[in-house]
Amino acid sequence: MSAPATVPVAKKPTVTILAALAKAYQDIFAEDPKAITLGEDLADPEGGGITKMTKGLSTKFGDERVRSTPISEQAIMGAAIGASLAGYRPIAEIMLMNFTTVAMDMIVNHAAKLRFMSGGQTSVPIVIRTMTGLGFGSGGQHCDYLEAWFAHTPGIKVCAASTPEDAYGLLRAAYEDPDPVILIENLPTYFAPMSFELPDAGHRVPLGKAAIQREGTDVTVVTYARMAVNARAAADVLAGEGISVEVVDLRTIAPWDRETVLASARKTGRVLVAHEAVKQHGVGAEIAAVINEELFGQLKKPVKRVGGAFSAVPYSKPLENAYAPDADVLASAIRDLLR
Amino acid sequence: MSSNAIDNATLLSIYKRAALIKANDERARKVILSGQIAMVYYSYRGQEIIPSVMGEILRDDDTLCTIYRGIHDMIGKGFPLRELWAELAGRRTGSCKGKGGPMHLTYPPRGIMVTTGIVGSSAPIANGLAWAARLDQSDRVSICTFGDGASNIGAIHEAMNLASVWKLPTIFVCQNNLFAEHTTFEKMTAGGNIASRAAGYAMPGVRVNGNDPAEMYLAFSEAVARARAGEGPTLLECMTFRFFGHTFGDDDSYMPKEQKSAAMAADPVPALRARLIADRIATEDELASFEAEIEAQIDDAVAFALESPWPEPDDLRFDVFEKEIAA
Repeated sequence: MSAPATVPVAKKPTVTILAALAKAYQDIFAEDPKAITLGEDLADPEGGGITKMTKGLSTKFGDERVRSTPISEQAIMGAAIGASLAGYRPIAEIMLMNFTTVAMDMIVNHAAKLRFMSGGQTSVPIVIRTMTGLGFGSGGQHCDYLEAWFAHTPGIKVCAASTPEDAYGLLRAAYEDPDPVILIENLPTYFAPMSFELPDAGHRVPLGKAAIQREGTDVTVVTYARMAVNARAAADVLAGEGISVEVVDLRTIAPWDRETVLASARKTGRVLVAHEAVKQHGVGAEIAAVINEELFGQLKKPVKRVGGAFSAVPYSKPLENAYAPDADVLASAIRDLLR
Repeated sequence: MSSNAIDNATLLSIYKRAALIKANDERARKVILSGQIAMVYYSYRGQEIIPSVMGEILRDDDTLCTIYRGIHDMIGKGFPLRELWAELAGRRTGSCKGKGGPMHLTYPPRGIMVTTGIVGSSAPIANGLAWAARLDQSDRVSICTFGDGASNIGAIHEAMNLASVWKLPTIFVCQNNLFAEHTTFEKMTAGGNIASRAAGYAMPGVRVNGNDPAEMYLAFSEAVARARAGEGPTLLECMTFRFFGHTFGDDDSYMPKEQKSAAMAADPVPALRARLIADRIATEDELASFEAEIEAQIDDAVAFALESPWPEPDDLRFDVFEKEIAA
């Protein structure tokens, strides 16, 4: 044992969302022989994926259970659906969320609907993992947030994490869920150390349950994914101005936790809904509408929404920076609600 | 090809299944015209031999992903008639509780896992069932059926490539009935041959006369044996003809009259029946008595369907997810 330090040294976080997800993969495969996964470049000969999340998995669990695929998103989704119909639990990686667009038939017409259309005779317990988010200058086809499309589809659940603990717990819970779940992962915050320890194998984040990440009394921010990271930063800044912000990270976008959101909205009377996805017709519209339906007359201000611009995600840095709200924009929007 | 290639008992069994499939289509059209059941119906009349042969060779645990024109495939695979008809009638006693309908019939106990209304989408899912068979270390095979029109959609090509590089026990059964909806095969399908496309995916591609029981039997047996032995997928292009329009009741003037009447004159089901009698494999009386039995079975199924309760509006809340979630 080392002697206690005489001068306290602030411990730095080391655990990233990427590391938490990689551990979730390892733990799932170690526990359940029905776990299989497929996606572009996932197996070890291809490097364990573009982020190396699945590195070591195919060597440890075999290349029949951990499969690299052709660049064929329909074939990937179809294979996941078919294997799940026969009792397996596939985790299918659609590398980037924009690539779900070429597999929408499989996801929307089949994965989401087979349980209902078969009258409950079949089910599709798959996890679709997909990465996205602006920040790398990838332009218009590699970083969209398309969660509203899936949230609008009966039969599929939609999740997004903003901490390593939640990323781990959501992937584990999504894996155990009897229905298809799409887990949206924010690529630019993948590599940022946020936590001190990797979650235990028993850690789960129940689907449909939001987290209050900052408690506050003046304004509620309802958000998820990267925007929850920004909202926490904004809340910290505003605390210095004497503004008390409650940050509610939905974690599950569909079905979302109305109870927690409405309780917070009732408490603060002022709500900002924030997402990186295009604001128009986004998830924020649904949340704002429900708050309005349930709490009309109890709010101090109309629900405010911020989100991505009504354009394709741009390339040029100043444009990319302007596209979606950062912590400063969120802080201004929160101050506006208090005016 | 001579019918001597398969034994008499098999030929008779193929006829019996084909006769049931044919009678079921005839009844469906009659029931629609009588107004007893209102449904959008995709007649498969003329294509009966293909699924009857498949039914002869496949086991219950072999899986099937079929398409909206697929009731012949399902009966071939053993879909029970009561659950089938109750589903067509949209009743709660249907296999899918009235939630799926004719385009989404499902019956896992006989391996009928997916019926899709989306052209070509049977194939990618069939690969997953094939992957699961191999993970289970089972020799069961995964069949997907689709039409000539589907040979031009991307899903089929992605699926054939994946099946080949993963060496999956998937059998791609294209039923080339010479019409993609209203459009002729030759007008929209480059190369005039679907089986030959298999070469591009390094798998066997075989064009057979799907209306010839022996030819179909040999080709399909070989594909199944290959898949069961772990040797990978096969593409079969089964040539046939669809006697009616794309959707039952449509204006089928896009189908040349001479082509249609020639195909109907060569109707494969009565042709097989005549052969069974000519070759003394069965007598007229035996076949007539079997056909009467079929009619009685269908009578029973239709009556069961029409007497069954409708679903309740509240049923919409269930089977979206395993657990009901308040909207």
